Amino acid sequence: MLGLVPILLGYLPLTLFMAVLSMACALVLASLLAMERVARIPVLDGIVVLFISFFRGTPLLVQLFLFYYGLPQVMPFLTNMTGVQAAIIGLTLHFSAYMAESIRAAIIGVDRSQWEAAEAVGMTRTQMMGRIVLPQAARVAAPTLVNYFIDMIKSTSLAFTLGVTEMMGATQKEAAGSFLYFEAFIVVALIYWAIVEALSFAQKRLEFSLNRAFTR
Amino acid sequence: MIRLTGLTKRFGATPVLNGIDLTIEQGERVVVIGPSGTGKSTLLRCINFLDRPEAGTIQVGDLTVDAAHASRAQILGLRRRTAFVFQNYALFANKTARQNITEALVTVQRRPRAEAEARADAILAETGLTEKADSFPAALSGGQQQRVGIGRAMALDADLMLFDEPTSALDPEWVGEVLDLMRRVAERRQTMLIVTHEMQFAREIADRVIFMDGGRIVEQGPPAQIFEAPQDERTRSFLRRVTR
Ligand SMILES: Nc1ncnc2c1ncn2[C@@H]1O[C@H](COP(=O)(O)OP(=O)(O)OP(=O)(O)O)[C@@H](O)[C@H]1O
Ligand SMILES: [Mg+2]
Repeated sequence: MLGLVPILLGYLPLTLFMAVLSMACALVLASLLAMERVARIPVLDGIVVLFISFFRGTPLLVQLFLFYYGLPQVMPFLTNMTGVQAAIIGLTLHFSAYMAESIRAAIIGVDRSQWEAAEAVGMTRTQMMGRIVLPQAARVAAPTLVNYFIDMIKSTSLAFTLGVTEMMGATQKEAAGSFLYFEAFIVVALIYWAIVEALSFAQKRLEFSLNRAFTR
Repeated sequence: MIRLTGLTKRFGATPVLNGIDLTIEQGERVVVIGPSGTGKSTLLRCINFLDRPEAGTIQVGDLTVDAAHASRAQILGLRRRTAFVFQNYALFANKTARQNITEALVTVQRRPRAEAEARADAILAETGLTEKADSFPAALSGGQQQRVGIGRAMALDADLMLFDEPTSALDPEWVGEVLDLMRRVAERRQTMLIVTHEMQFAREIADRVIFMDGGRIVEQGPPAQIFEAPQDERTRSFLRRVTR
């Protein structure tokens, strides 16, 4: 049974690659969505609301199937999309919808008078967001965003349904080859668990240092 | 020179400023007094478009803006010619005392960092906050925060400094140090427009006192005239209430 550990860990880099890349893209997209939700740009706001509603309102698995199996039928240029690419796009869109709401709440939480002070000294909107509002919002949102990252890592396991041999896909193959289903799945569960525990530990440290930020 | 003509503002259906005309000479220190809810804060906030006036013109130095058709660039122009001191300090919570002062010098005025920091250090020394230069606002007393707030405004070298009740949120023990600093600013003949309930202070430093009521300037003149011989009954009853 322990022999499975190194085999499955060999697929960990792909799992982490998908999670980290999706997280990075989702952070950028979510920040843009959140800033739009705060600024409420006419027309665009409606589209953003619809986007967030759709990606929060439908299961991730459905979204992944839609991208990988569905879309290429109506958009032929997507035929060459790999399972990894589809998974990264799906995870990015899905999680950005959730993260946008947390980031928006954190932005709105920044004391109104500081927005006015930034305006009063003559900052442009971009300067105000970049230098005053977002740094403070980031501090508030960070622990929640780590939660989403943890969720993201676990959700990469769905990529195996798109034919991607990441950790879950590899486990499935090992199990089917040896008929040792219990051993295979308990080992992969323990690996995910260990990763998440490590991240939770980092999250506590992060929260601790964030609570001390801006107070000395 | 600062010149406001016909400045008008309403919130929804409620008129708050009813055509304010006001000229302030360079170096003049003007204090605005009046009952609560008469539009004193709104007047200040309309000058730099924190509140958007519906009509009138605002001239600050070489820039004249028609309020009804103000462009984004004009609004930035007004904000970059004025400085604002807030009742609740409104310091940037993610910046140290020094960074609160350098921030706009670097990002807005595009001054070299070294120059901005030298200016900040000079201002911190002047406001007695050298020791607190690297403290964040959360670690400062109310009086210290407001001194940083005034320092941040001083650093901008604005054509006009606006003060909206800068001591009203302070514990009584910190009011004196903030008024002292404002006195120091006034001594330099910085053009100032100050809303305050500190009548003694107004008497000392004002070249002119304006009494506002109901979104209008009811009466104005040198402090001796307004405080010793007010003409309008509304001014008299207000002063009776606040100085009894
Ligand atoms: N954002 C707003 N929305 C709606 N009404 C407002 C808003 N800001 C101010 N008002 C109203 O405008 C009027 C003038 O307010 P303003 O704050 O200018 O008064 P003020 O003279 O500064 O009073 P105070 O001495 O209490 O600070 C008040 O009746 C107030 O309720
Ligand atoms: Mg007020």
